[in-house]
Amino acid sequence: MGSVGAKDVPVLLSPEGLRIDGRRVDELRPIKIQAGALKHADGSAFVEWGANKVMAAVYGPREVHPRHLQQNTKAVIQCKYNMAAFSVDERKRPGLDRRSQEISKVIAEAFESVVFAEEFPRTSIDVYIEVLQANAGTRCAGLVAASVALADAGIPMADLLPAVAVGKAGGAIILDLKKEEDNFGEADLPMALVPQSGRLVLLQMEGHMTREELSKALDLGVKGCRDIYEVMKQALRDRYMVTPGQEGAA
Amino acid sequence: MGRSHRPGPRRQGREGSSSHPSGDRVLVLPGEEIPSQGLKPGPGTYRVGGKVYASVLGLLSPRPPFVQVVPLSGRYIPKPHDVVIGTVTDVQGTFWLLDIGAPRWAPLHMTGTPWPVEIGETEKFLRVGESVVVQVENLDPTGRIGVTMNGEGLGKLEGGSIVRISPARIPRVVGRGGSMIQTITQRTGAQVAVGQNGRIWVDGDPEAIHRVREALRMISEDGQRGGLTERVDSYLRSTTTSGDEGPHDPPREGAHRDAPEREFASAPPTEPDVDQDIPTDDPPEPGNN
Repeated sequence: MGSVGAKDVPVLLSPEGLRIDGRRVDELRPIKIQAGALKHADGSAFVEWGANKVMAAVYGPREVHPRHLQQNTKAVIQCKYNMAAFSVDERKRPGLDRRSQEISKVIAEAFESVVFAEEFPRTSIDVYIEVLQANAGTRCAGLVAASVALADAGIPMADLLPAVAVGKAGGAIILDLKKEEDNFGEADLPMALVPQSGRLVLLQMEGHMTREELSKALDLGVKGCRDIYEVMKQALRDRYMVTPGQEGAA
Repeated sequence: MGRSHRPGPRRQGREGSSSHPSGDRVLVLPGEEIPSQGLKPGPGTYRVGGKVYASVLGLLSPRPPFVQVVPLSGRYIPKPHDVVIGTVTDVQGTFWLLDIGAPRWAPLHMTGTPWPVEIGETEKFLRVGESVVVQVENLDPTGRIGVTMNGEGLGKLEGGSIVRISPARIPRVVGRGGSMIQTITQRTGAQVAVGQNGRIWVDGDPEAIHRVREALRMISEDGQRGGLTERVDSYLRSTTTSGDEGPHDPPREGAHRDAPEREFASAPPTEPDVDQDIPTDDPPEPGNN
């Protein structure tokens, strides 16, 4: 990673159509999800996605802090996205910055559209996302982790929220950008999908794409989300596995 | 108040036993479509365009005319008449606020106690950090939880310690007809009080407390497999040590789910230390934010 200088732009797409790490344009990085990784949280998940490592913890519904944020008709969803100082090559200055505030906000808003917050008036659902190791696409990895953590916490919601970034690098529309593709590519388009309804609840874009490219990217992203959805569900099934036929003896 | 009484949380052998919903045990996840077969969407589900989906992670349990999903995780959701164990988090002039592990703190009004409390003297009776056995009385649509300490088996907990497990596991801790809890109290000689909110008060000699904790951990960790009572029983048999069954606290015949034997004659009037979780022996909970 460190070998890539600012000047020499790496070849992002080989003539054979392979990417910098050998993936095809529509291929995801390997993703691994562990549900229920933390003991004291009401729900939690650990996601390893390519070189990203993200931990998410959910607390609540619980009393709202600070009080004035309390809403009389529904739960408030408070999200805190944070990158560890050691999560990137160059030490990240710890604490809140504009970027993490923005990401916290868009993730909280994505969840507001799926969580049935009216079931818990005057409470708070607190979502903490800690990025331990970053390699592009951490908001998507954080969202995926938080979504599994919310399900693990027994929070009622319309669906899990798979998320992935699509983009453009080396002239091609590609799925799930890694760091070099994000840094040197032409566009980055993170998105989160509600598989049950097909709605997108997070969509941001940086860079340039034509309309045709955008619609191709959206299709590719939706497909990627559906694949990630399966991994998310499997993670939860693994945690709450019910061995059939053996129940009831106790 | 100093009088020791017997707060033995009664269990009403109620449904809600996520452990035995008629036969098929299908795990569903939020967003997953449920074959509704003409049934109406019940708790834990929602309907869009004629199809029914799960809204929580849990086990599918058809209860005609409804399909519902019984959650496998999550905070304690209070139900009227539940007996729960709570810890005081705040003291006001006329009431205490209790943390019962629910989404919100539950106010216990001074009139809801058997004590002659004067306005402004609430702190003389219960202080922050002390624990009580109370019963959920009423719930209002805003999520407010009314609890009372008036009733048989309710009152302040003195001594002992509190173990927390998932409320979804409580039916397994009690067992069919109270078989599990009976096994535990009889084999260890410990005094145990089970709250529906996943908090379990344990007192007795240190060895007995330790073995109860171990048993509770076994239940909360692999309660999904069968033969649990037998496995817990064999664990408790295998660890029987001189400490119990001795003169200190012999297993009691009366130990029974409805009234775990409770006597405070020898118990020191100290506060129960509230532990974070079973496997860890964390220090008492910090003053709660």
